[in-house]
Amino acid sequence: MTGYEWIIPVILTVITAATPLVFAGIGELVTEKSGVLNLGIEGMMLVGAVTAFVTATVTGNYFLAVIAAAGAGAFMAFLFGILTLSLMANQVATGLALTLFGVGISALIGQDFVGQPVQAIPKVDIAGLSDLPVVGQILFGQDPLVYLSFIMAIGVSWFLYKTKAGLILRAVGDSHDSAHSIGYSVVTIRYLAVMFGGAMSGIGGAYLSLIYTPMWAENMTSGRGWIALALIVFATWKPSLVIVGAYMFGGITILQLHAQAAGFDVPSQILSMLPYVATIVVLVIISKDESRIRKHAPACIGKIFHPAS
Amino acid sequence: MLLKIEKRPEASQLMVYATPIFALILTILTGSFLFHFLGVDPVEGLRNFFIKPIDNTYGATELLVKATPLILCAIGLSVGFRANVWNIGAEGQLTMGAIFGGGVFVYFHDVDSVFLLPMMIVMGAIGGALWAAIPAFLKTRFNANEILTSLMLVYVALLVLSLLVHGSWRDPDGFNFPESRLFSDSATMPILIEGTRLHFGTIIALFAVLGTWIMLSKTLIGFQVKVIGAAPKAGGYAGFSQKKIIWFSLLFGGAMAGLAGVSEVSGPVGQLLPSISPGYGFTAIIVAFLGRLHPVGIIFAGLLMALTYLGGETAQINLGLPVAVTGVFQGMVLFYLLACDVLVNFRIRFTLFGRAAS
Repeated sequence: MTGYEWIIPVILTVITAATPLVFAGIGELVTEKSGVLNLGIEGMMLVGAVTAFVTATVTGNYFLAVIAAAGAGAFMAFLFGILTLSLMANQVATGLALTLFGVGISALIGQDFVGQPVQAIPKVDIAGLSDLPVVGQILFGQDPLVYLSFIMAIGVSWFLYKTKAGLILRAVGDSHDSAHSIGYSVVTIRYLAVMFGGAMSGIGGAYLSLIYTPMWAENMTSGRGWIALALIVFATWKPSLVIVGAYMFGGITILQLHAQAAGFDVPSQILSMLPYVATIVVLVIISKDESRIRKHAPACIGKIFHPAS
Repeated sequence: MLLKIEKRPEASQLMVYATPIFALILTILTGSFLFHFLGVDPVEGLRNFFIKPIDNTYGATELLVKATPLILCAIGLSVGFRANVWNIGAEGQLTMGAIFGGGVFVYFHDVDSVFLLPMMIVMGAIGGALWAAIPAFLKTRFNANEILTSLMLVYVALLVLSLLVHGSWRDPDGFNFPESRLFSDSATMPILIEGTRLHFGTIIALFAVLGTWIMLSKTLIGFQVKVIGAAPKAGGYAGFSQKKIIWFSLLFGGAMAGLAGVSEVSGPVGQLLPSISPGYGFTAIIVAFLGRLHPVGIIFAGLLMALTYLGGETAQINLGLPVAVTGVFQGMVLFYLLACDVLVNFRIRFTLFGRAAS
């Protein structure tokens, strides 16, 4: 193995870059499967990030910090739900509003915490196996949230395709009128899906401010919420592919960081563009085949539901 | 007693104009609570936020200075939003306009000509339009979602600007600061009122508003934009090309944002810096909606949002409030507007029983 030791730290950093995207992506996937397009991920992640950071600094309790971030994200999503589900506002415009509001409110909450350090959430050591050569730290020595992200992804996949509740949720997303006419409460189901998405985005934000870069800075998500949205299209609404996409984007982010550190003779700004350019390229490749998108996208996505009375 | 939301047979025209006012009132009410929560007397807070910044001539001109880029960006976005083209990358197009316009000066800085500024303005519009052409091309050719592509390009544009001012466009006499040369007089927007920062860009914005109004109400392309937005199928039957409208609204929006960018750098900013806009391109989204996507409405909404920038600064200086309050106010306005808009298409009925006798 000599000569390849550098690859382990690279893989470890890819995991930390990918995990917030897994959370946000999986959450938004459930939201979109129920037929709602929430463009406010960036705002919910920011509010989650600041809530987690403030809670962790004040109480020193990471568990509480992550729960608080999930709660704050879910609350933001609840606001989105009131507007789009109860008051039938345009989902695109409301999602944008949620992001703009989230940027403002998170900056306000976090203003006294800018530049303060916080201890990153410690990594675990499952069954004492993290000392195993090569795979030890990668498989058994991550922070708890990395494992949670995989549990959530598998859980969501199981929920959507193996349970009755998941079937109902998908039915609501594909034909809200039919689901309504056989007696399901479209609005309630969508509220739950939207709030789950918010909670996941909140945890994704918490990961950024407690682990990826343990600090708070205004706008620290720098577009990750939007990249998560692109991930769903990339994944053609499949949970397993959301993970693949998240790790791909994590890889690109880390690649450019390592390239900068290695002193490549390319301006750092060009390298920093890579994740954004890659997002565009991937979107183009996937969207090119219009029929494939139409086949997988929930049919009612973005449409307003008003029960005919 | 129960609340019941009923669809109106027709959209209420009264509510179209009333809901922005409702939204404003609700924002001010919530703002009072926010001030109270931040430990500031609400009356004092509101006075510092909404009145004090503009109770003098200089303040009033500053309002116009801040409103100019907002109105320019919003007028461009409003055309797209009418046609259901969701360009949310105005911030990037503004940045590209500043780069193209400012670039003219960087390369011709020793030229002292009356044509320099007009050249910069034209290049600014072209730069913004070119940047918006990318999402237009990707949307029409590859069906790629313009929301995501235009937003990703914001980050790319900001990095391009950073690259240039850190690199080849850096002022050779600038002590290595990441800044371009200061723009010369012939590259600077003429000042309209001596002793203020009010500049020619405001006139450009007014002409843009007027031009857009005429375009929307009197020309075929304006009609097509409205039809495609309101009833895409009807537009299809009439033979209007969806792709043409996507191209048109993105190029138009990009050009307007580009104008905003060049008028900022050759106006109040006066040089190219790594950061040239406090998010005007994003706030313009709020301006467009609050102005009901109508040119005249956008002027009022632009002034109001400009006031939130000034108010945030005044509140920071006089009351020690964080400048982030501005963003919260802006977000709240849009939230409340979207919430109140339910009244345009629906009416809320109070019923004594679960179901109203219809």
